[in-house]
Amino acid sequence: MTFQSNKELHDSQAKTTLKKLIQDFYGQFESETIPHIVLPSRTKKNIELKEDADVWVYGDTESLRSAKTVKGAKQILKTSYVVDLLMKGHLEQDKSSTLRELYYISENWDIAKFHEQSESDRLIEDLEIITGLQREDFHVRPEENGATMFGPIKIKEVTKRGERTMHCQEDVGEAGYQIPYNVETVEFLEHDAKFIIAIETGGMYDRLIENGFDEKFDSILVHLKGQPARSTRRLIKRMNEELNIPVVVFTDGDPWSFRIYASVAYGAIKTAHLSEFMATPAAKFIGVQSSDIVEYELSTDKLSDQDIKALESELTDPRFETDYWKEQINMMLKLGKKSEQQAFAGKGLDYVTDTYLPERLGEMGVI
Amino acid sequence: MVIAEELAKKQKAISIAEFFEKNRQILGFDSSPRCLLTSVKEAVDNALDACEESGILPDIFIKIESKSKENVTLIIEDNGPGIVKEQIPRVFAKLLYGSRFHSVKQSRGQQGIGISAAVLYSQLTSGRPAKIVSKIDKKAPAHYFELLINTQTNEPEIIADKIIEWDRLRGTRIELEMAASYVKGRRQSVYEYLKDTAIVNPHARITLIEPDNNQIIFERVTDKVPVEAAEILPHPHGIELGMLMKMLRYTERDKLAPFLRYSFSRIGLQTASEICKKSGLDPEKDPREVTLDEAKRLHEAFKKVKISAPSTDCLSPITEELIRKGLEKEHTIDFIETTTRPASVHNGHPFQVEAGIAYGGNLPKEDKVEILRFANRVPLLYQQGACAVTNAVEGIKWKAYSLDQPGNSIPVGPAIILVHVASTHIPFTSEAKEAIADVPEIAQEIELALKEVGRRLKLYLSRQDKLELRREKEEIIQKILPLIAKKVGEILDRPTPDISPVVAKIMGNVFIQRIVSQNGKGCDVEIRLKNHSEAVRHFSLHETLPYSIKAPSPEPKSIPLGKQTDHLWKITLKPQEEKAIIYKLDIKYEEASKLPQPVAEGIDEELITGAKVVNV
Repeated sequence: MTFQSNKELHDSQAKTTLKKLIQDFYGQFESETIPHIVLPSRTKKNIELKEDADVWVYGDTESLRSAKTVKGAKQILKTSYVVDLLMKGHLEQDKSSTLRELYYISENWDIAKFHEQSESDRLIEDLEIITGLQREDFHVRPEENGATMFGPIKIKEVTKRGERTMHCQEDVGEAGYQIPYNVETVEFLEHDAKFIIAIETGGMYDRLIENGFDEKFDSILVHLKGQPARSTRRLIKRMNEELNIPVVVFTDGDPWSFRIYASVAYGAIKTAHLSEFMATPAAKFIGVQSSDIVEYELSTDKLSDQDIKALESELTDPRFETDYWKEQINMMLKLGKKSEQQAFAGKGLDYVTDTYLPERLGEMGVI
Repeated sequence: MVIAEELAKKQKAISIAEFFEKNRQILGFDSSPRCLLTSVKEAVDNALDACEESGILPDIFIKIESKSKENVTLIIEDNGPGIVKEQIPRVFAKLLYGSRFHSVKQSRGQQGIGISAAVLYSQLTSGRPAKIVSKIDKKAPAHYFELLINTQTNEPEIIADKIIEWDRLRGTRIELEMAASYVKGRRQSVYEYLKDTAIVNPHARITLIEPDNNQIIFERVTDKVPVEAAEILPHPHGIELGMLMKMLRYTERDKLAPFLRYSFSRIGLQTASEICKKSGLDPEKDPREVTLDEAKRLHEAFKKVKISAPSTDCLSPITEELIRKGLEKEHTIDFIETTTRPASVHNGHPFQVEAGIAYGGNLPKEDKVEILRFANRVPLLYQQGACAVTNAVEGIKWKAYSLDQPGNSIPVGPAIILVHVASTHIPFTSEAKEAIADVPEIAQEIELALKEVGRRLKLYLSRQDKLELRREKEEIIQKILPLIAKKVGEILDRPTPDISPVVAKIMGNVFIQRIVSQNGKGCDVEIRLKNHSEAVRHFSLHETLPYSIKAPSPEPKSIPLGKQTDHLWKITLKPQEEKAIIYKLDIKYEEASKLPQPVAEGIDEELITGAKVVNV
């Protein structure tokens, strides 16, 4: 089967799935039922561990959106308009929009228009959940591309202008290889990496490149850019599963960074329907651990009220329900302090690559 | 003797100035903003009382000028009856002169030590005399005085006394310079005090000119001068033993029974003799010869004998209507309810509670409810936490009245709660007279009044909720559902689905639908009826047709109407019940599909979907 016909098939399947949703609404009118949709509740209370895949997915609690209320009715109206756009504007015409463009397109939809982009973003996620598809299947793109990566791996990417082959150390600039928004077009050719290190901040990512950490330890550096984009998480998972390379996550030592690790390893609450596709359960947390703050005598900041609330909320988050995380969270609460990755600079610029990371990687049995 | 004389000398030496300095706080002269507020309050209270007594609609003018960094000049002018020349020096420059302490009557003046305290404060802080102008009649001259208080003797010292030109009909003007400051934007300020005063004195016009020359007018909203509170005899239940003894000693009556009858309110012939019997005293006894022990028995007997509550014409409530007007004029609100409770008695003093609750409009939604407390029409701005009104507000479970209330404290929401206590004797917690004491009778009346307006607020809010729900449903069925139906039809390339069954369901209506289908040459007609509500619905269904119908089930009542026939079915549908009426017509399908809608009769139009409603 050629790539082109494959794509056509894919698109027509997506169309059928979307059409099914509209047929449901139509059928509800015909059977004298108030139009409604049932969705899994997208809250932290309704995520559960999927044993075989070891990732967190939505549980059985459902929420009902019904045209009985103005909110529910508007939601159904907006869903109909979005599906119309996706079917007739995207799939039938082989066009695509970014999430932001979609939001602007709705300007002309009278009472069906979105009041902020987060609302349309969320509706697209709802559609992913209802149809079991991903937004790329509807030709909806995120605004920004994924982050960058750097390391001893050679890849082939199918771009709109043809195939490109590159080595992510030799054929890229100082910033590394730019991860595209759809990483399904990336093929791994060869590598000699012993592990992948996913890094929260740009400053630390650059530090590791400058210190030659990738060469010294045969590692692939992936910049997470804060809460990682879907493509970044998907690429990490693919490298981990397809190439069998272990993954470690290196973030700041604060409550928000714990969540970054959780979304890489276990899946995010907002996108738990995609956990099986994007989460890397084998990913391990290097740090900064609460215990590192004490052991390495890092300079710290006081926890803010929001930080404390976030930590307390994590204590009831099922993803953190392990002895390890309970200990880390409680320790941070007790210390009342947090630390950044870059706090290691206080001990010299090479300390993190010469001392901290090798020590931790050793402890974790990665090297 | 020598010691006593020494002491007497010392006692004299305690000057009025010293007395003032020692008692500044309790007299309401502590912080610099409060000194100004207390002075304004004394003058305004006097003006309102004087106008009320003379049946004049008050027009009060207040001007505050910055004199220096620490000093302001306060000018207050009223259109009251004025003060006769001879009295002017003592009214303004002698402490405790002409106080109302002994009259049994509701008045504002019970509130403070009097205007002379403001004069004294002004003199002590600025060194300048008070400047007074007063005129009692259009034809009378205006008298101008400059007065100081002799702080040794508590007697007025006249610095100037002359007749001047004053272009007013009558009235009084006072000008004081004092160390004080004008503040804005907080509860305890001249502005807030005047605003609140205007609410409970809707018959007054109050003009304030602030130091920056900004003019604020609190306009009057009624021309009705409040009924002047009558002065009454003391009620036996409110009298203290000492007072009783004093009355016995100085009475002009020669016999005990008449003494009781004419010295107290609510004691008649019968009651007087009962009191005498209960106390074991001879009704014929000379009251001046009653001993302490006998007086005690008499006092005890007052409590044992049934005496009706004091008359309440000594009270002057603001009235429900005027509280409403007062609140409305100073705030933009959606809802207001007020109540005036029947008069009641505490410790022998008649009192009456009034309450109002204002809701919505542009009142802040997230803040604590503002509580406006009044005692005898005077706003209480300090010591909110210690007041019986606040305690009563906090003691009520406001959630039952649809207001949020975090942790048994003051409720939160876009509301103002107003409580006015009127009495011949307001029991204050302290000399500062800023908080009403928690006397059980008063506390209970406040609670009852608040609950009464609370219940009405709840009714209003639940009505609003229902209206909101109705409005929401209208929006769904009229705007959103038609668009959904149209869009899903478009996407699927199918006709727009009929939304009326869903509309009936959302509205909880009875849905009536006529389905016509061809059957040979004629038509089968089915009228489906479904009750989507939670109530039993009764109505009549009419099919008024120019055709005769065949094989109807159930059988209708048929009434000829000229060329047509009205077929009538009496329908009763239980909640969620479905019924059908069938009949046949000998006409073509095309013709039958053009029949007018069925007609329902004897039911509200808004409860039916799918039929025309006619009610004669």
